[in-house]
Amino acid sequence: MHELSVCQALIEQLITIVAENQARSVHHIKVCNGPLSGVDSHFLKQAFTVARLGTVAEHAELSIDREPIQVRCSVCGQEGGATANSLVCPHCGDWRTEVLSGDALLLVSVELS
Amino acid sequence: MCDSCGCVLTSEPVSIDGHHGAAPGQRELSILHGILADNNHAAQHNREHFNLHNVLAINLMSAPGSGKTALLEATIDAFAGQYNITVVVGDLATENDANRLRRHGVQAVQINTGNTCHLDAAVVHHALHDIALEPIDILFIENVGNLVCPAAYDLGQHFNVVLLSVVEGDDKPAKYPVMFRSADLVLLTKSDLLPHLPGFDPSAAEENVRRLANAAPTVLLSVVTGEGMTHWCAQLTTWLAARGKKGTP
Repeated sequence: MHELSVCQALIEQLITIVAENQARSVHHIKVCNGPLSGVDSHFLKQAFTVARLGTVAEHAELSIDREPIQVRCSVCGQEGGATANSLVCPHCGDWRTEVLSGDALLLVSVELS
Repeated sequence: MCDSCGCVLTSEPVSIDGHHGAAPGQRELSILHGILADNNHAAQHNREHFNLHNVLAINLMSAPGSGKTALLEATIDAFAGQYNITVVVGDLATENDANRLRRHGVQAVQINTGNTCHLDAAVVHHALHDIALEPIDILFIENVGNLVCPAAYDLGQHFNVVLLSVVEGDDKPAKYPVMFRSADLVLLTKSDLLPHLPGFDPSAAEENVRRLANAAPTVLLSVVTGEGMTHWCAQLTTWLAARGKKGTP
């Protein structure tokens, strides 16, 4: 479970953001996570409850938006949805696709005071 | 579509916590920054070091017991006298793997991660701090045996090689898609055991890699019979040649 390591990286960013903005604390954090990021949203939230202790985000709420997987087919050129273990084109079935989204792990926004 | 980062957010995001905008006295800041950006920055730093010294860096990943260390032992022996090989090896505990590799005459640095399930770029950088990169042709980074966590961390390698031993089942790529999607080469190891494993279909393993939109070759390999070693060594030689390395005849 590497979600705790990911949370520690998130906390480091929050500490920097708070200092740069001369704020005191973080109230809300929005993260965007795709199924292909390799990070599980449920465990990320669990790990965050531990990682935030004693930091500027001690009382912060974390919400996680799911980024859907979208692929573009290199053969038929169409775009569509896919699943983590089947990134084939939903239109022609070819496997030669490009992932357009679904692998992000982003800090989207924070609320500070 | 978010123009600044390429991230596609759902039009109606599914939020795990309900949330209703900033409260009075609070301000909302848009950040749009990769959470693992610091690791990726450190990985790029490692990669620049490898490029500067013309070192081919390969991240070996697999489940525990798939034969990463055995593959390295066979590879070191196959290239003896031709290329300078150095290994950084990660395990939760013990120096066993580094000791095994040193007995084959190479420099090996053991990283003990304690309870951590993966290597990251900073850990690799630290391990290499006292190593002279200049003489090295191939740096193998033998990651912690784990098909989940190492996939999220760029170490600065040039290629990911993922091992799937035939005893694990041909559907492993479907079960661990993030890992197998990252592979530049998949080695189906312990192929000498295939006669005892009628349920493992190498073509099904390959099909499961293709379904991840991954063109990586899948190669049957056994360090016991030598099957696939020629293909593997040829691949390494090709990668080395692309860096202008011909090796000592």
